[in-house]
Amino acid sequence: MRSLLRGLRPRLMAAFLLLTLLGAVAAAGASYATARNLLLEDAQDGFMNPLVKDVRDYAPKLTVPPAQQDLDEFASYLRGTAFVVYGGLRAHGGPDLSSTVPAEMRTALKSSRTVIWQRRTDLAEPYVVIGIPLLRADGSNTGVEVWAISSLGGPQRAIDSFAKAAWVGVSLVLPLALGLALFTARGVLRPVRRLGAAARALGSGRLDTRVDERGSDELSDLARTFNRAAEQLESSQAASRRFVADVSHELRTPLTAMNAVSAVLDEDAASLPPDTAVAARLVSTETRKLTRLVNDLMEISRFDEGRNVLELDEWDIGTAVRDCLAARGWTTSVQASLPDGVTGRVDRRRLDVIVANLVGNALKHGGAPVRITVRPGVIEVSDHGPGIPPDALPHIFDRFYKADTARSRSEGSGLGLAIAWENARLHGGTIEAANDPAGGAVFTLRLPW
Amino acid sequence: MVLLVEDDPSVREGLGLALRRQGHDVRAAGTGEEGVERLRESRPDIVVLDIMLPGIDGFETCRRMRSQAEVPIIMLTARGDDFDVVAGLEAGADDYVVKPVEPRVLEARIRAVLRRTVAEPSTVERHGSLVIDRAGLQVLKDDAQVALTPTELKLLLELSRTPGRVLTRQQILEAVWEHDYLGDSRLVDACVQRLRAKIEDVPSEPRYVHTVRGFGYRFGPR
Repeated sequence: MRSLLRGLRPRLMAAFLLLTLLGAVAAAGASYATARNLLLEDAQDGFMNPLVKDVRDYAPKLTVPPAQQDLDEFASYLRGTAFVVYGGLRAHGGPDLSSTVPAEMRTALKSSRTVIWQRRTDLAEPYVVIGIPLLRADGSNTGVEVWAISSLGGPQRAIDSFAKAAWVGVSLVLPLALGLALFTARGVLRPVRRLGAAARALGSGRLDTRVDERGSDELSDLARTFNRAAEQLESSQAASRRFVADVSHELRTPLTAMNAVSAVLDEDAASLPPDTAVAARLVSTETRKLTRLVNDLMEISRFDEGRNVLELDEWDIGTAVRDCLAARGWTTSVQASLPDGVTGRVDRRRLDVIVANLVGNALKHGGAPVRITVRPGVIEVSDHGPGIPPDALPHIFDRFYKADTARSRSEGSGLGLAIAWENARLHGGTIEAANDPAGGAVFTLRLPW
Repeated sequence: MVLLVEDDPSVREGLGLALRRQGHDVRAAGTGEEGVERLRESRPDIVVLDIMLPGIDGFETCRRMRSQAEVPIIMLTARGDDFDVVAGLEAGADDYVVKPVEPRVLEARIRAVLRRTVAEPSTVERHGSLVIDRAGLQVLKDDAQVALTPTELKLLLELSRTPGRVLTRQQILEAVWEHDYLGDSRLVDACVQRLRAKIEDVPSEPRYVHTVRGFGYRFGPR
């Protein structure tokens, strides 16, 4: 039940239904009670009043205490509709109610100077029992009792059909209430759902997400708040990216100077004292690594700032991959399956970067043999190493992510796969990383070429 | 002799050192104005020019140098900053390298630009009103000599070697710039523009160097 009522829509619907039901039942119940009383009283009075009048009219003529004959005459005056009793005497004619009239009524009537009545439902149909005491002119009780019963079946049926009509009315209003609830829920839920979708988009990194903030209700306020928050998030991210770009930019000039002389250090290292030679080679090696890191950082910055553009052209994919491997001296270390005639519209330079990074990664972290396969729309790079740990799979394309934490610093910049991924995305394609059940990691590049 | 125009003293010193080790005679200048001055007095074989300069920037320096001499110019540019590359090539640069530059790469580019076109024996070709003298390495248009930079001359000789045949940008890059793999085809486009400005009557309606959309260029007088 709790899970059923968790949504705003079912809760609104339940509330509307409950409210309608309560209102309808209250209204119907009140009018039912009133109508029932009126109907019953009406039926009862219609039967009781003429009888009481007849009894009062006859009272002066009756000798008290009456004999059997007096009682019989009285009963026939009442046209045999009533049960006339005096002490142990009972008039002939008229119904025998000695077992129908409850004992407590009989006791009550003995000391009563007014008509008593009771509605009873112990038979198939409801009925009313009326007891009329015969009074002397001075108002004292003569001890003569007149009893009569009247069925209330007719009025009861009227009341029942009234109740049925009320229930039908309620059941007709309920769908209406349900519809109203749905309508209201939609008015509330649509903006809520849009906000939800926008928040998800924001969470997945699309920081330029905004929602429609027209209107002046609380939901529009919420939408405005959301948009302000998204703006702030976007500008703070832009600032941090700008910072990375600026830092990389500033590093470039000193690195150019260092790069220029590192070759000199390398060349002369052999003639330096051993310690100095080690130091010189170290400086020159690290300078080259730093250069690669800064270059990759700037490349990532350009992706973040959307400054990279595609230069699409029709290329033979097999040739492009073959050239990429040849340019890096990987022709012998990689098993390539490159069918002829697979062509596609790609940015050749960017495809080269993707393939180089995927193959380079496989050669570095995977086990031989590394295999690259080209199929229409797909380039697959697989190795036969230990594969990627399952907890590392979702992060394998993250910047500076290292699947093997024991390795403090790898040869690359730590941005290679991230750059490959961005290049694939720029093409409108994807790269997926997975583990082959038979062993090894498989990177699948899909491009809409 | 290499003229190095670079405002940062460390880069100037470092690159100067590296180039001298490669056997070049290096002159250095710290500003664009100084570079233009040095060009006039020392007649270098090639200029290595930084884009970011105080005073007149690299583009303007490039334009002023171009108006003085047909000297090859290699730009030092921010890495892959497309605007800089395009603007530099439009200003007349022959080639560019990106910072932080590998001395090895810069050296290869310098060598490629400096490599003299080999004179071929006794071939003087006439294409329309254009005379190409492969032995004397000069080009005449309407009997007047056309002043071409070494790169422009190499491009024209390469294109006119096979009139009517289409050469792809990549083929041209490899033949003229000696860029091995995935060179920047904008170098070719920019150089073709400059060549057209010098040899065509109406550069926007070329007679000699035709663009073949999606492939490359074709030489042939129409």
